[in-house]
Amino acid sequence: MTDTASPASRQVPDRLRSRLGRAIRSWEVLLIAVAVAVFTFNALASPYFLNAWNLSDATFNFTEKAMIAFAMALLIIAGEIDLSVASIIALASTAMGAAAQVGAGTPELVAIGLGVGLLCGAFNGALVTGLGLPSIVVTIGTLSLFRGISYMVLGDRSFGGYPTSFAWFGQGYVWWVITVEMVIFALCALTFWVLLHRTSFGRQVYAIGNNPTGALFSGIRVRRVKFTLFLLTGLMSGLAAVCLTSRLGSTRPSIAQGWELEVVTMVVLGGVNILGGSGTIPGVVLAAIIMGMVTFGLGLLNVPGIVMSIFVGLLLIAVIALPRLVTLVRARWA
Amino acid sequence: MMHDTVTTPPVLSLRGIEKRFPGVIALSGVDLDLHPGEVTALVGENGAGKSTLVKVLTGIYRPEAGQIEMEGHKKAFASAHDAEAVGIAAIHQETVLFEELTVAENIFIGHAPRTRWGLIDHRAMRARAADVLARIGAKIDPAARVGDLGIASRHLVAIARALSTEARVVVLDEPTAALSAHEIEEVYALVERLKAQGKAILFISHKFDEVFRIADRWTVFRDGALVGAGRIADVTEDDLVRLMVGREVGQIFPDRVSNPGDVVVEVEGYSHPTEFADISFDLRAGEILGVYGLVGAGRSEVMQALFGVTAPSAGTLRIGGSAVDIRSPADAIAAGLVYVPEDRGRQGAILGLPIVDNVALPSLGALSRKGFVRMAEEFALARDYTHRLELRAAALDQDIGQLSGGNQQKVVIAKWLATKPRVIILDEPTKGIDIGSKAAVHDFMAELAAEGLAVIMVSSEIPEVLGMSDRVLVMRGGRIASALTRAETTPERLVRDAAGYAP
Ligand SMILES: Nc1ncnc2c1ncn2[C@@H]1O[C@H](COP(=O)(O)OP(=O)(O)OP(=O)(O)O)[C@@H](O)[C@H]1O
Ligand SMILES: [Mg+2]
Repeated sequence: MTDTASPASRQVPDRLRSRLGRAIRSWEVLLIAVAVAVFTFNALASPYFLNAWNLSDATFNFTEKAMIAFAMALLIIAGEIDLSVASIIALASTAMGAAAQVGAGTPELVAIGLGVGLLCGAFNGALVTGLGLPSIVVTIGTLSLFRGISYMVLGDRSFGGYPTSFAWFGQGYVWWVITVEMVIFALCALTFWVLLHRTSFGRQVYAIGNNPTGALFSGIRVRRVKFTLFLLTGLMSGLAAVCLTSRLGSTRPSIAQGWELEVVTMVVLGGVNILGGSGTIPGVVLAAIIMGMVTFGLGLLNVPGIVMSIFVGLLLIAVIALPRLVTLVRARWA
Repeated sequence: MMHDTVTTPPVLSLRGIEKRFPGVIALSGVDLDLHPGEVTALVGENGAGKSTLVKVLTGIYRPEAGQIEMEGHKKAFASAHDAEAVGIAAIHQETVLFEELTVAENIFIGHAPRTRWGLIDHRAMRARAADVLARIGAKIDPAARVGDLGIASRHLVAIARALSTEARVVVLDEPTAALSAHEIEEVYALVERLKAQGKAILFISHKFDEVFRIADRWTVFRDGALVGAGRIADVTEDDLVRLMVGREVGQIFPDRVSNPGDVVVEVEGYSHPTEFADISFDLRAGEILGVYGLVGAGRSEVMQALFGVTAPSAGTLRIGGSAVDIRSPADAIAAGLVYVPEDRGRQGAILGLPIVDNVALPSLGALSRKGFVRMAEEFALARDYTHRLELRAAALDQDIGQLSGGNQQKVVIAKWLATKPRVIILDEPTKGIDIGSKAAVHDFMAELAAEGLAVIMVSSEIPEVLGMSDRVLVMRGGRIASALTRAETTPERLVRDAAGYAP
């Protein structure tokens, strides 16, 4: 009996590994490596890639989707999902288009876009938290519903004629190659980073995602938090609708078709557990940039759209399977 | 320590078992023999490696080194199924059951009786489930959904499941934690029967009375190593404790001079359509009220209604003289009333989150300014409270799910004490906690009571009820069967009032 120290004298350290030690093992570092690889590959493969203006254009591939992805990340971490986000864009854009036809100005249009997003989010949130329905089913329903309304209003027509000042959001530049959308993207990233990683609301989101019963027993108002997350996702979809409509200058009911899957891919690629409970905003930022660069690079190489979607699909599966494969291989060789 | 001459060769032998986790060596060079028809008790502090050993034995973890031999043949388990196939059955400390399935389905999952057509024979399965449940004296409907059962009943279902297989080695990891005297007797009787059938039994427990009552051999683990083994007849409780803790443990229950203050809690006519009826009592500042009863007596249900988890159909609750309307745990916490649940895996701990986040969770309001969490204070709070409860962990940012059962329990208690409540309800507070840390938990409770905290302590451990309570409520069938003063409380009285008859 050599160790006779009493247990009371044992002090548990705050952290097992240093900050650096943890950072090196993180998913984000892997994503940075992937981003560098994609960037290098693109730069070598196409002479047009390393051009400030081309790169600036490339950011449009991800800025709008990423705005939604930030809110979606929180929602998925909390164990829910919203598949209606692209349809919210369609509905919000249609509402803005209709308002523009009767002469609404830019501030009104923005308010309408964000307002419709909020309303759609509230509708999803009320069905999920009020009636206790599974969010995947509810939002598959509203995915059809919201876009269906757009089709009903527009048919095969489109809305245009937005005020010139409205173009600022999607086509404006703040300085040199820095677009307005990039700034909005950066501000959203920062806001959501603070919200998830620095506030008690963020702590509650993680708790709910890991154990909703335990979260309830810890005094968290689980339904209220989830409702807020649906609202936020709706709001960010509304914001994306403003940017996208402004950039395109017109609204068709097929606007942003299929974006929900790209947004979810972005979130999962960013390291958010699809079953909830873990994930970070820096991961989602990196995933957004990687996806944007991949799509842009393939575009420069004249790869057809369908190949791109195959590529994105493979990327997603690879990324999800990788950690699992690593554990399997380790177990085999143990 | 030398082994005595062995009468029968061991069924199961472990040699040099090693298992590491980041920051800890959970098992180092463990040798262990289990003999047919004998009960081997395994004791050790929280985090000593007992459950890890069980998981190695049942194929959940692979050891980094060492051998498992079953009747002289080397075995390697790639999965839990392999271990079951060679005849090792276990009841784990944290029972894992399928919530959506019935009791019978859970018991026979993977080996259900079949009809001629190869379909599951539900009738036969229910009948056999009823049979197994009756054998362990559990009054549980085989057709009930497991998700609707309380934690103790789930435990009984898990025991039934382990017995439904034809195992030669049965491992029980703290099977009597949170069962009351009545059910515990059934478990003992069951162990005796298994022993008579020639099974080798490994029995893990923190309760020395039961170790001396049912075990034939003993084994002590400390810090992942086996520090002693022998025959139970040759050893005393003090010997075991000294080996286990490496020091003398003083008394487990503090000397308390209680001087109750004003009435803090008044419960009047609390009722629920199915679980309990007409519950009335009050509680003063600085008082510890024990609540005893059999499993299913409705104790936890009443406490969860007070905490706002379930809605009572009638009744009023006053805290500090004013009526409060508590509809959710958040309301209860705001009113200064908190509840440490018994089911730590589902209700108490947030597995997957770090220890520090778990401790801070219900205190986030106080730990943040304008919604921003002050992380240094989070750590300070977690450090302070877990240290006082003698937590053993690799680090405070470690996932709570990686802690041993008893250490998880300490984090859950810390989490609630850290909210600095006026009233705390502790549901089986020392469930799974080792003897040394138990004293720490009791001292802390007594200290806080002396500072004016009102404590309701639901416990199935009679010594704990006797040692800590100023007054005791005994519940039976969802009602208060008796309210006893400290002087009236005797073990016999508790058992009699809880069962409704003199056993
Ligand atoms: N999955 C894991 N990851 C990391 N560490 C682990 C893991 N499982 C167990 N440990 C560590 O291994 C040690 C032994 O844990 P174990 O659960 O075997 O203790 P125990 O003897 O059963 O304690 P208790 O009496 O509290 O149940 C502890 O320090 C624990 O933190
Ligand atoms: Mg254990």
